[in-house]
Amino acid sequence: MPLTYNISPEKVEQEKLYLGMGLSDEEYAKVKHILQRRPNFTETGIFSVMWSEHCSYKTSKPLLKKFPSHGPHVLQGPGEGAGVVDIGDGQAVVFKVESHNHPSAVEPYQGAATGVGGIIRDVFSMGARPVALMNSLRFGNLATGRTKYLFQEVVHGIAGYGNCVGVPTVGGEVQFDDSYEENPLVNAMCVGLINHDDIQKGVASGAGNTVIYAGAPTGRDGIHGATFASDDLSDESDADRPSVQVGDPFMEKLLIEACLEVSHSDALVGMQDMGAAGLTSSASEMASKAGTGITMNLDFVPQREQDMNAYELMLSESQERMLLVVKQGREQEIINVFEKYGLQAVTVGEVTKEKSFLLKQHGEIVANIPVDALAEEAPVYQMPAKEAAYVKAFQQMEHAVPHVGDHTAMLKQLLQQPTIASKESVYDQYDSMVQTNTVVTPGSDSAVIRIKGTDKALAITTDCNSRYIYLDPKIGGRIAVAEAARNIVSSGARPLGLTDGLNFGNPTNPEVFWQMKQSVEGMSEAACILKTPVVSGNVSLYNQSNGRSIFPTPVVGMVGLIESLDHLTPSFFQEPGDLIYLIGETKAEFGGSELQNVVEGVYEGKAPASDLHVDADRQEQLLAAIQEGLIRSAHDLAEGGLGVALAESIFNGKGLGLEAGISGDPTVALFSESQSRFLVSVKPDQQRQFEATVADASQFGSVTDSGKFVVRVDDGVLIEEDVQILHDLWKGAIPCLLK
Amino acid sequence: MKFAVIVFPGSNCDRDMYYALHDVLGMEADLVWYEHSNLENYDAILLPGGFSYGDYLRSGAIASASGVMQQIKAHAEAGKPVLGVCNGFQILLEAGLLPGAMLPNKTLSFMCHYEALAVANHETSFTTGFDKGEIIHLPIAHGDGNYFVDDATLSELKKSNRIVFTYTNNPNGSAADIAGIINSQGNVLGMMPHPERAVEKLLGSDDGIRLFQSMIENWRVAYAANL
Repeated sequence: MPLTYNISPEKVEQEKLYLGMGLSDEEYAKVKHILQRRPNFTETGIFSVMWSEHCSYKTSKPLLKKFPSHGPHVLQGPGEGAGVVDIGDGQAVVFKVESHNHPSAVEPYQGAATGVGGIIRDVFSMGARPVALMNSLRFGNLATGRTKYLFQEVVHGIAGYGNCVGVPTVGGEVQFDDSYEENPLVNAMCVGLINHDDIQKGVASGAGNTVIYAGAPTGRDGIHGATFASDDLSDESDADRPSVQVGDPFMEKLLIEACLEVSHSDALVGMQDMGAAGLTSSASEMASKAGTGITMNLDFVPQREQDMNAYELMLSESQERMLLVVKQGREQEIINVFEKYGLQAVTVGEVTKEKSFLLKQHGEIVANIPVDALAEEAPVYQMPAKEAAYVKAFQQMEHAVPHVGDHTAMLKQLLQQPTIASKESVYDQYDSMVQTNTVVTPGSDSAVIRIKGTDKALAITTDCNSRYIYLDPKIGGRIAVAEAARNIVSSGARPLGLTDGLNFGNPTNPEVFWQMKQSVEGMSEAACILKTPVVSGNVSLYNQSNGRSIFPTPVVGMVGLIESLDHLTPSFFQEPGDLIYLIGETKAEFGGSELQNVVEGVYEGKAPASDLHVDADRQEQLLAAIQEGLIRSAHDLAEGGLGVALAESIFNGKGLGLEAGISGDPTVALFSESQSRFLVSVKPDQQRQFEATVADASQFGSVTDSGKFVVRVDDGVLIEEDVQILHDLWKGAIPCLLK
Repeated sequence: MKFAVIVFPGSNCDRDMYYALHDVLGMEADLVWYEHSNLENYDAILLPGGFSYGDYLRSGAIASASGVMQQIKAHAEAGKPVLGVCNGFQILLEAGLLPGAMLPNKTLSFMCHYEALAVANHETSFTTGFDKGEIIHLPIAHGDGNYFVDDATLSELKKSNRIVFTYTNNPNGSAADIAGIINSQGNVLGMMPHPERAVEKLLGSDDGIRLFQSMIENWRVAYAANL
């Protein structure tokens, strides 16, 4: 990247400087055609960020259209800061997930911190108070110093930001696999609450209205962050460190309070976060959505550094900045609110009737672009897709049962796998309780926050088993959505909708694009059948380093509504004497399972089957049983199968034990990862009623007060171990690996 | 009895404190922005948790130098009850209203979970609702909660029975397991655990409610005596 920007439009073309900014030859030609002239250096930069995958979704758009995004409760689908779903009583829930993968690979603390900051702004820009944060993290195996460093610093970054802004981090998931070694995934989700009347949109309507810039001044940080995020990571990525922004959670906290205060004012027309591509994307998108134009004088933009030129000002991704459109003549009311919080808010431009994006600096026009060219007319690519060769081979393989000699030893080993082991050492670093709504703290199937002033609560989860998606992207995609829904239902909630964080490799690789296409299809099918519309989301591509792709990882963030606090259902067993049931069928399915990895060191074969109609019926039945008060505890079966689920259900520090009897191949019964299964406990006197409500449920054990974990097969004892010993192994595994 | 919950830029447990007093306990309470505070008409002053001024410089340091602290000092000297929780406690330390200082937790990480506390002094105006030596459960949520104090002051604190709460399983390295201390006058309490987060069984514990009830009850008694 040249250090000086006094570069003529001719030079940009002749020396193909646009290539370094991320525009292809064809795209540059299209820009020239739109402008009917050569773009200058600043304009070239503006096009390159707006047409980057991060802002334009140019390769993923054809796929994203497949997602069902409508539903009776959806108030706002994709396209705004975040999705909005009605929860009754004039209230709505606002949520979105966003990735910050590339920045976190280069500078993990700030990368993760600013990821949290960005997603919070997306939510409060809608006028909603952020009430919960979740995160979905992927790292390589905790074997190398670098992976440990990335893991610890990402967690510190999330904690450092989330704790300070006062939004509880109520849960999430962390998984470890080699494919993320160089390219960790950091996806953050924010959930907000809003009254219908307060919903704001990022629109710049009304010619003559005033454009106000609020929050932190603009510096040179994060320039070309969106383009950086749309390219492969390489050994040279460290040189991109200046592309990583630095977060100031204190500034964000002030911005939250100020923006929520102005969102109640009828002087406010629209508001949007300056996220990826900063001032460029917020201003042009707000105008484009409203069918207007925007003129800005960059001399008025608050600046943190000296002599910033138009290119830098427009492309900076400095954090904690918002763009507002305010009714003409009422600017001071809005500015006063920001000043109360010690924040800068200044008029930088106005909304125009002509649909152009016109920028001035030092008395000269530095950019003049038709607004729609930036936001609406970005190229859309139909990428070639080709079934991945490895998948074909996997489909030919028969289901095989990995050999397990000692089931007690294997259970212990599984409980210590980082993906399964307790994440307490992670979430203990997050303030999960601020705002005093957190009913179910991290470590359960879903986090639950109550809604003050009502008898309702929200259940929130993030899920994605990328191993299944790697084996079979379509089935894996279905499973990701279905598992999230099961987690929501287990807590006593009805799923409302989901947000997706699509993390994939390089889409120009036809096999990667095929993975994307297939998994989006699978997710769409599941979202339709399980009635969980996709209301918002984010796409992160080029997650590969030095030629190796990550496992396809379309993270699902789901929110559900608990209609009455009486329906709250823990994932832990509650009392001795309660009967333990398995709901669902167990088959010999080990493709992509934790057991396969532990025993054979690979993920291969067929993914477990997923019948969405079975899942839907089962979820309905379980929810009905919960609402009738028939369920003491419910837990979704996931990695490690029934054996791990039994152990997790008993790790609640109450000194409980369990007695269970299994039949058939004990390895299949205990460790298969067959889908659509729940582990529930039921009071003995409600046995008959429960069995009449939920089909496919078989009682196979009971909760005891022995403190022992006992599993019998036929007449013999297969496993007999102190719960405390299992618990300590499970809890200590990650801290031990980090030593 | 009317409570003032002081809101600094960066306070984030202010609304939780207000909710506990106003919505759960049904008391009169106001969120009082630090710049516009006239505290004359309030009967107790609460400094909530959070990250005042981002905790830049040192936790609580910048807030301790803000104008409102002069007023709070004067009210404290006049005997008005002052409670600082978490960042509020750090502010009281930085302002010199309570002795000692906070260091980073011994783990060097933020920590958030329930802790068991012993009520070491159940005779203060904040703790009469607890039994002697009672074990209660309150959440902690802090990065700098490792209480440090010099030996002479520590023995003075012990001798004068000014250690109000202690951790039964010290999580952060605090001297003498200290979780909360009171001033010599007995009207300024600072504590790291969050009583305002423990006022409803639904969220895990309501042990914190008795701290506020003690304040209310003792204020009523004092008020009646002055009539």
